[in-house]
Amino acid sequence: MTVPELKINDLHVSVEGKSIVKGFNLNMKGGEIHALMGPNGTGKSTVASALMGHPKYEVTSGQAHLDDQNLFDMAVDERARAGMFLAMQYPSEVSGVSNADFLRTAINGRRGEGNEIPLMKFIKTMDKKMQMLEMDQSFAERYVNEGFSGGEKKRNEILQLMMLEPKFAILDEIDSGLDIDALKWVAKGVNSMRSENFGCLIITHYQRLLNYIKPDFVHIMMNGRIVKTGGPELALQLEKEGYDGMKAELGITDDETVEA
Amino acid sequence: MSMQLKNLPFDAEELTKFAEERKEPKWFSDTRLKGLSLAEELPLPKPEKTRIADWNFTNFNYQIGSSAVNQLSELPDSIQNLMKNGEEAGNVLIHVNSSAVYSRLSKELTDQGVIYTDLATAIREHGDLLANYYFKTTPIDKHQLTALNAALVNGGTFLYIPKNVVIEQPIQAVYYQDAPSSGLVAHTVVVAEQNSSVTFVESYLSDNSVGEGAANLVNEVIVGENAQVKYGAVDEFTDQIVTYVSRQAEVAKDGRIQWALGQMNDGNTLSENATNLEGDGAAADIKAVSIGSGSQKQNFDNYVRHVGKATQSQLLVRAAQKDASNSIFNARTKIEHGASGADGEQTQRVLMLSDEARGDANPILLIDEYDVIAGHAASVGRVDPDQLYYLMSRGIKQELAEKLIVEGFLAPIVDLLPIEGVRKQLTTLIERKVG
Repeated sequence: MTVPELKINDLHVSVEGKSIVKGFNLNMKGGEIHALMGPNGTGKSTVASALMGHPKYEVTSGQAHLDDQNLFDMAVDERARAGMFLAMQYPSEVSGVSNADFLRTAINGRRGEGNEIPLMKFIKTMDKKMQMLEMDQSFAERYVNEGFSGGEKKRNEILQLMMLEPKFAILDEIDSGLDIDALKWVAKGVNSMRSENFGCLIITHYQRLLNYIKPDFVHIMMNGRIVKTGGPELALQLEKEGYDGMKAELGITDDETVEA
Repeated sequence: MSMQLKNLPFDAEELTKFAEERKEPKWFSDTRLKGLSLAEELPLPKPEKTRIADWNFTNFNYQIGSSAVNQLSELPDSIQNLMKNGEEAGNVLIHVNSSAVYSRLSKELTDQGVIYTDLATAIREHGDLLANYYFKTTPIDKHQLTALNAALVNGGTFLYIPKNVVIEQPIQAVYYQDAPSSGLVAHTVVVAEQNSSVTFVESYLSDNSVGEGAANLVNEVIVGENAQVKYGAVDEFTDQIVTYVSRQAEVAKDGRIQWALGQMNDGNTLSENATNLEGDGAAADIKAVSIGSGSQKQNFDNYVRHVGKATQSQLLVRAAQKDASNSIFNARTKIEHGASGADGEQTQRVLMLSDEARGDANPILLIDEYDVIAGHAASVGRVDPDQLYYLMSRGIKQELAEKLIVEGFLAPIVDLLPIEGVRKQLTTLIERKVG
């Protein structure tokens, strides 16, 4: 099996006619963990949503390829089945559908008809992953995200990630609203996925999560594009100097900020 | 408007003969004749925004029947599937083509004075008791369709729970029609006396062999002081059957009724559900789901009337509209003067699954008292695009994702039905109608 590759080239994205991402470039390989940092409103979440295919986000130019497949030619579900995963900042609630049914449907969707996961194997796997995330067994039968606290929703996103085993995952502010214990559980889950068949892009404001999931690359995004790339030390520098320090160093003035 | 006598396809002579053959007492055959003359005079109901003038409420064969069976295995599979554990069925009464063909009530309940029998038997054996309740919550002269029910009644159920009797096991009724061009005209009376408690679940089914037919159902529930009734129903008539169904309850002091209705007919349907909270502290919980499909037209009126003090009601209606179906949903909460401390909440949500479908949700609050809480919410919309995106982002195809969302949306009623066979009936129906 060849190592998967995700190539994003000169991506431009608009939301409701307003240009937000302006020339975003990033190459990722399986086995790599990338962190994408930057102040509010610079387009980090917009990159994530556009790659996954949210209907509100319009790709005005640029390409994104997962191996040799053009993501922008594919529907949302096709991108997922090709190996993309987005842990969402605000996951939807789906009443009346149990977490277990939802996950089994998703897994079987990827495996295809005639190759469905045996029920017992599914239950065992789910039990094991839920234990790792310190999730109560009752989560399996609860309706998808309905009545979940913020932290429970985030853990549920990571549970899905672990069950679906994508080639690339984007974690969109998975650390927001998490206490330190939940943060550790989430990190444990993500770290358990590490292999050369899995690449991960972590979107975050804070360096804190990166103490637990060590990135290979850190990218700083401002005004719709990556302005600086480095190793883990870049996140530490940012933590010390703040975004204003970074702006001054790079000679960047705010041309606009937008709601993500 | 000038009064015009309608040309009904039956007359007093025919009805009298029908009553004689059934050995009905005078009070009952008199009610038939009264129903006939009222049906000739009274207008059809006028449901808001649904035109029913050309629906066939009157042309069908009501003189039908079926003979009793000794074993469940002699009955069609669709009936057997509804029984909880096949041969070990609980307390059940099965009607085929309006006739009771199989019944079973545990000795324990009989010994406690519980009566559970078909209407024809109840008229003969418990006539005096039944007469106290027959057409008491729903007036015979409400409109032409209630009058027709009185005139032509050919089936139904009587369930009587004496004072202080608490029944844990659900009591089940099943109606199945397969006679060509037949009409089921059924009248059900459920009486729960003071401090009693019961769960009653009815299923209505028909086979395509009926072709064009009709169902006229008037179901009355009397909830005594501090009594509790859980009333579940799944309606599943085929597409050429026109249905009028009235389910009405009267609730005394501190009594409680819970309705769980799966209204899944494939044909045109006019449904009137009403709860009268007469006594202080009476409460009602109404949950109803439906799916419109094909070109069927449906009108659902859900009505709660608060009379007693500190009465409570919660009404939840959920529906999905497919194809070129057309459904109107009225939720009416009325709080009468003097019903201080009343609390009435209603929510109606309609999911539109096709451009040609139509669905209207009309919330109506009528309040004649100051010291009350009342609220309503009504929405008609499409499947939430964010939910759809979320499910698809996990690799689920759009069609399947929509199906999951709609089935989940309709699930709250399924969970309330206490009989596994009936839960399965409703789940399978939802899957079939949505799929």
